[in-house]
Amino acid sequence: MRYNERELLCLARQPAEKAAEVLMRVPKKGSVLKKRLVKLVVNFLFYFRTDEAEPIGALLLEHCRITKEEENVFSISFIEEPERKYCFECDSEEQCQEWIEALKRASYEFMRRSLIFYRNEIQKMTGKDPLEQYGISEEARFQLGTRKQ
Amino acid sequence: MKLNERSVAHYATCDSPADHAGFLRQRVERHHHHAHHSTSYQRRWFVLKGNLLFYFEERDSREPMGLVVLEGCTVELCEAAEEFAFAIRFDDAGAKACVLVADGHAAMEAWVKALSRASFDYMRLVVRELEKQLEEACKSLAACRKSPRRSNSGRKRHLSNPALGPVQEKPAVLENGYCTWGSGGEPSGSPCPDRDGGYSKPPPLPPRRRSAGGSAAASPMPSLPLALQESPVSPETACFSKLHNWYGQEIAVLRREWLERQQRGNL
Repeated sequence: MRYNERELLCLARQPAEKAAEVLMRVPKKGSVLKKRLVKLVVNFLFYFRTDEAEPIGALLLEHCRITKEEENVFSISFIEEPERKYCFECDSEEQCQEWIEALKRASYEFMRRSLIFYRNEIQKMTGKDPLEQYGISEEARFQLGTRKQ
Repeated sequence: MKLNERSVAHYATCDSPADHAGFLRQRVERHHHHAHHSTSYQRRWFVLKGNLLFYFEERDSREPMGLVVLEGCTVELCEAAEEFAFAIRFDDAGAKACVLVADGHAAMEAWVKALSRASFDYMRLVVRELEKQLEEACKSLAACRKSPRRSNSGRKRHLSNPALGPVQEKPAVLENGYCTWGSGGEPSGSPCPDRDGGYSKPPPLPPRRRSAGGSAAASPMPSLPLALQESPVSPETACFSKLHNWYGQEIAVLRREWLERQQRGNL
């Protein structure tokens, strides 16, 4: 599958929502925990060797599951392959929880649901659709209820 | 650079609704020897999901041919040799624009609109704006409700009314997996597996807030823990997850009371 790698690399250089040095293990046979710099930018998690400017890789965070594993450790896996886990070991339990919270909120789909929730609540409270003033109330991506294709 | 391509492809082809889809012709440049190049337009099936534009060889292809990440880009009409052409341009100055051609004027307009609002940043801006508006709405609602006449009786009726929708439902694991509403109510920090379904219904609508607003002006209800008297919507509650957990706690309390009443045969 082709993708605009150049733009992705550019994105990796943007200010991060969250960044830290952690130990990371990829779901490959025989793989071990390695020190990595991980950086959360929009709905991508980039991971770098600690002394390099370009990321080794990126994880798109849609349809993923963030799971607390043992102490200081959490994992990311994806809906279609729940057993393949990317594991991350943090310095502390606190840091671990912070990352779990941040990653759970990092998907576009999560934000969309938040938006629909707020829109609905505001509409119930005020009787007005808050998106009308922006002229985006008809946009497919903001629709209430079950979205149809 | 590696990318979790299998998962990305799965996201592209799974059931979750697309924000826009349709046939477009994509400009393809081919470079031959001696710097001679040719330009052609390939008709492909395009699917927009969030900030990702996928393209497929055919409408029923099982896997995407490619992906355009739409963060930090601008979309504009462009003067190509083709009518109804538009371009996706990237921040990176050296990068080549992605030129696409629609079938007609309406299609072109629809695509340009959809693509220019596709970024995560834009979505985040709108969410934050609505968060603020909700907070404002709660505050003005609280101000309206300060009248003592309405306070206690309204709340008591509210609490004892078993007809509240969410209370009667079995507590569910929310689609975004934040909280399993167990019978005792789980602490908001408890780790739960996250199932980000992406195409789930919105969270069940919670019962009306009784004391909305940051001040402790509302008279306390003896059966509720102190924490529940504070509004979840405050400058500190920047995030949806806290709001969500807050509602969850209250619903757990209401449900427990309702179950108790059921057992006492009060229904």
